[in-house]
Amino acid sequence: MAATTRVTDLSSTTRDGVGTSPRRPDGTLKVTGEFAYSSDMWMEDMLWGATLRSPHPHARILGIDITEALKVAGVQAVLTHEDVPGEKRYGLEFQDQPVLAFDKVRYKGEPVAVVAADHPETARRAMERIRVDYEVLDPVSDSRQAALDPDCPLVHEAGEVPHHPEYNPRGNRLRYQPIRTGAFTEVAGSADREQEVLEGLRAEAAAVVTTEYEVGMQDQAFLGPESGMAVPAEDGGVDLYVATQWLHADQRQIAPALGLDQEQVRLTLAGVGGAFGAREDLSMQIHACMLALHTGKPVKFVYNREESFYGHVHRHPAKMRYEHGARADGSLLYATAEVIVDGGAYASATPAVVGVASSLGLGPYEIPNALMDAYGVYTTNPPCGAMRGFGAVQSCFAYESQMDKLAAELGLHPVELRVRNALSQGSKVITGQEIDMPLPMVEMLERCRELPMPPERSALADPADQRTLPGGVAGTTRGEGVVRGVGYGVGLKNLCYSEDFDDYSTARVRMEVAGGEPVVQVHTAAAEVGQGLVTVKGQIARTELGVEKVVITPSDTQVGSAGSSSASRQSYMTGGAVKVACTSVREEVFALARAKGLVPEGSQDTDLSLTGGKVVSATAGALVSLADLLGEAAEGGAVVEHTREFHHRPTEMLDPQLGQGASHTQFGMCVHRAVVDVDVDLGLVKVVALDAVQDVGKVLHPQQLAGQIQGGSTQGLGLALMEEVQVEGSEIRNPSFTDYLIPTILDTPPMRIDVLERPDPHAPYGLRGAGEPPTLSSTPAIVAAVREATGRPLTHAPVRPEDIVGIEV
Amino acid sequence: MEFLSPSTLEEALEAKHAHPDGVPIMGGTDVMVELNFDKRRPRTLIDLSRVPELSELGPEQGRIRLGAGVSYTRIVDGLGTSAPALAKASRTVASPQIRNRGTVGGNLGGASPAGDTHPALLATDAVVELASVRGRRTVPAREFYLSLRETACREDELITAVLLPEPTGPQQFAKIGTRNSMVIAVTSFSLALDPHTRTVGTGLGAAAPTPVRAEAAEEFLAAEFDWRDGSNLSEATVRRFGDLVASAARPIDDQRGSADYRKHALAVMARRALSWSVTDYRKGATRCA
Repeated sequence: MAATTRVTDLSSTTRDGVGTSPRRPDGTLKVTGEFAYSSDMWMEDMLWGATLRSPHPHARILGIDITEALKVAGVQAVLTHEDVPGEKRYGLEFQDQPVLAFDKVRYKGEPVAVVAADHPETARRAMERIRVDYEVLDPVSDSRQAALDPDCPLVHEAGEVPHHPEYNPRGNRLRYQPIRTGAFTEVAGSADREQEVLEGLRAEAAAVVTTEYEVGMQDQAFLGPESGMAVPAEDGGVDLYVATQWLHADQRQIAPALGLDQEQVRLTLAGVGGAFGAREDLSMQIHACMLALHTGKPVKFVYNREESFYGHVHRHPAKMRYEHGARADGSLLYATAEVIVDGGAYASATPAVVGVASSLGLGPYEIPNALMDAYGVYTTNPPCGAMRGFGAVQSCFAYESQMDKLAAELGLHPVELRVRNALSQGSKVITGQEIDMPLPMVEMLERCRELPMPPERSALADPADQRTLPGGVAGTTRGEGVVRGVGYGVGLKNLCYSEDFDDYSTARVRMEVAGGEPVVQVHTAAAEVGQGLVTVKGQIARTELGVEKVVITPSDTQVGSAGSSSASRQSYMTGGAVKVACTSVREEVFALARAKGLVPEGSQDTDLSLTGGKVVSATAGALVSLADLLGEAAEGGAVVEHTREFHHRPTEMLDPQLGQGASHTQFGMCVHRAVVDVDVDLGLVKVVALDAVQDVGKVLHPQQLAGQIQGGSTQGLGLALMEEVQVEGSEIRNPSFTDYLIPTILDTPPMRIDVLERPDPHAPYGLRGAGEPPTLSSTPAIVAAVREATGRPLTHAPVRPEDIVGIEV
Repeated sequence: MEFLSPSTLEEALEAKHAHPDGVPIMGGTDVMVELNFDKRRPRTLIDLSRVPELSELGPEQGRIRLGAGVSYTRIVDGLGTSAPALAKASRTVASPQIRNRGTVGGNLGGASPAGDTHPALLATDAVVELASVRGRRTVPAREFYLSLRETACREDELITAVLLPEPTGPQQFAKIGTRNSMVIAVTSFSLALDPHTRTVGTGLGAAAPTPVRAEAAEEFLAAEFDWRDGSNLSEATVRRFGDLVASAARPIDDQRGSADYRKHALAVMARRALSWSVTDYRKGATRCA
């Protein structure tokens, strides 16, 4: 019987294919410390770059004098905005950020001048001799004022950004996105009538909860600081080796600033020490290229840790006002929200972040009447942009906190309230977009609630072991004041790029025979940032082409764009591109076999497969080995190579009045349950368990998937309990890993992970991006657990010890 | 920058004499951070890691003589019973890698008010040994910290050792950090009871410009404590002790925590440390009987 059942899952026939957990090609090198990160690059005659940064958050530049700096022995160049050969500004979405500051500085740490010298210390000393004359201005620090007060001073004066003559029509507002549904649709735009509708709904509701929430500025906290090397080329162009997330987006911004054609700026991905969104924007790229072209020598930059805090964007801090009204049975009647995210001095990804914060800002719930106002603003605070979760993290903390409050008000279990309002396949989110893929939210919630609980403290082998207690080895409690709490969180995240962006990835796949065996080469420009795409690309090629030996060539701009390693999109997009390129290779191989008369008459391509290095017919068995079919490449054998682009389905912009539109490609969800022990007297927290249920459509690499869920959950834990770039008067108070705390292994609890595979019919293999959803839900789950233990409102993430013991900060 | 690497104490003292502005470096866990972040550019570094005497650890006239260059790891492993508060404090220092490098001598040299070992040295009445080409002298820890990052160590002196009295009663150390390991103290507290002299020692970290004692709390508890049996103290007494400890603090608001929180946490830690000490004291008393 088994003999008549054809195996269609190719992963079972080719080792290390899709669904297995092969080792990362760079894994051993990373563990043994031999992997070359971007900061490890070195060339014989290279120079070191250094960046002079603004000491003020907001100031007019009256003059820059580089005379003394140039006199320092060993200094080869000192460049300012006057030396920028091309466009003076760049940017991801708006071209608003100066390569080097001119006229004004708009945040503390903004680059003003760059130096190249034969030694990093020489560069540093020369930098100190540059004299910049500033007229200090008041900072614009309050994001709510920037969003709503028409008298707030402007961070960018109107009309000063090239190609945006209309700029800045909304004052400090980078983007305002309203959403109106149900009863709010008819009255949209009229504040008075919206208020009337709201009051009517309030009167109808059995329970109303209203709260203001804040989410602090989180840092991506990657370990490898910004670094790279620019090497001048003979054609007048430049070769740049850099740790980044999207080579082609860098190229698109660098070339105009250098006054070069795109082809003259060639990028190769250097070893990336983590990204999480912080490498979407340029840092040292243009500076290194300018200095290399100016001096004719390779120039290397490596930021130090403190500089890194000024050298990349952070997660937007958010100020949020939420109101929810529910009927007595727990069903939601309406919700209103005002979400203000602080973009800081330059736009970066803020408009797109607002697009997510608004469209997903009320979460995965059926809400018949919704009113959302989302703002992204300019201030003189540190620029904010992409970070894992991208606008969905902040609002998730607010709406999940609201759900808990509403459940308490109605006397329902928090999971029960969520179940009663859960979205599912066929539901519409508040933008009117239908969820046309599985969304087993109710099942996920119930599975999460049913997961085994961790043992009670009294059941531990050694309840006095300080490593199990809040405060850890610092010995602040032996059990005194320790109270346990449990909390839940659910998050809905868009996966892949949204809002009418023609998102695609390119892959070049080549098959040939070398040394008597078939070898497949996969070439893309996709950035491996630690997430494991480098492994997944090989797995897909093995599964699609039935060849075990796969070589992943370095990522560079010699092949088309792969898009960004962001938005949980690379398995979907570059995985999809590799898959379609493999399909083209496979078809050509079949055609070759046909041309040689090796395929039985009447046999369709669908009857053929590539398995175990052979062309196999479902009916006639193995037809020919690839080695025989193609022949040794070095001896004139056939080389089959195809380059293909993969685009996901089109999406729409949200309309500017009602915020309606199918703006997202795919939705992902994770559900968390957190169990915490809180020292309620000292305000210290030990997370005891952080369990997750996530639907990923299809598991490509079980071990890497677990790593993504554990890592995302831990990053959310950090935001719940400790991670905040503290900004006061637009200045960062804690730009170091001494005072910007991220979880250690002792802060990270065991995690049960329950993975569902409900395939998305639109996606390659049915997969769903997996990296971001856990980052959303773990934060509100943990804070909910701390609330349960303490009874405190806890409206600020991260929760500070002061918040738990009730001391005002 | 000049880098001196003496191999004997005599050479080291000569070097310090010749370069009074030279910065001694042992594990480098403090000094290197300052250099890397360009907060300090000393003309001379005096590397003490090759001076054998500084890494010695052993009994000396009824006390433990702890060389200034003994690593925290060795303290954690070796002094759990003979210097419990210091061993507990050493366990809270950073990570295993840093504990392998960092030393009490470095903690004293940097004299950060948040340094982890200061409260234990204050509470247990430890003594700091200083040496120069002029000779050796000792300064009680309780007189060592003068003002913010200023100590009794003179320009030409090196910190050579710390003398730790043998513990006669319970010793505690606790530290607040917003994560469960590898964290700089938001504030910290140490308590030592000495039944022989019927005195109480305290030490507060990250609570004032220097590490400080809570002398009023010490006197109050010395008078209230049942030195014979260690019987339970009233809740009011415990509370009063906590309040007196908190009132000895002059903390600031900074990125690590608010002044109010620091005072609150000190009171809580002091009350808990006292109740643990009462329990430990009775255990000790039972053993003696």
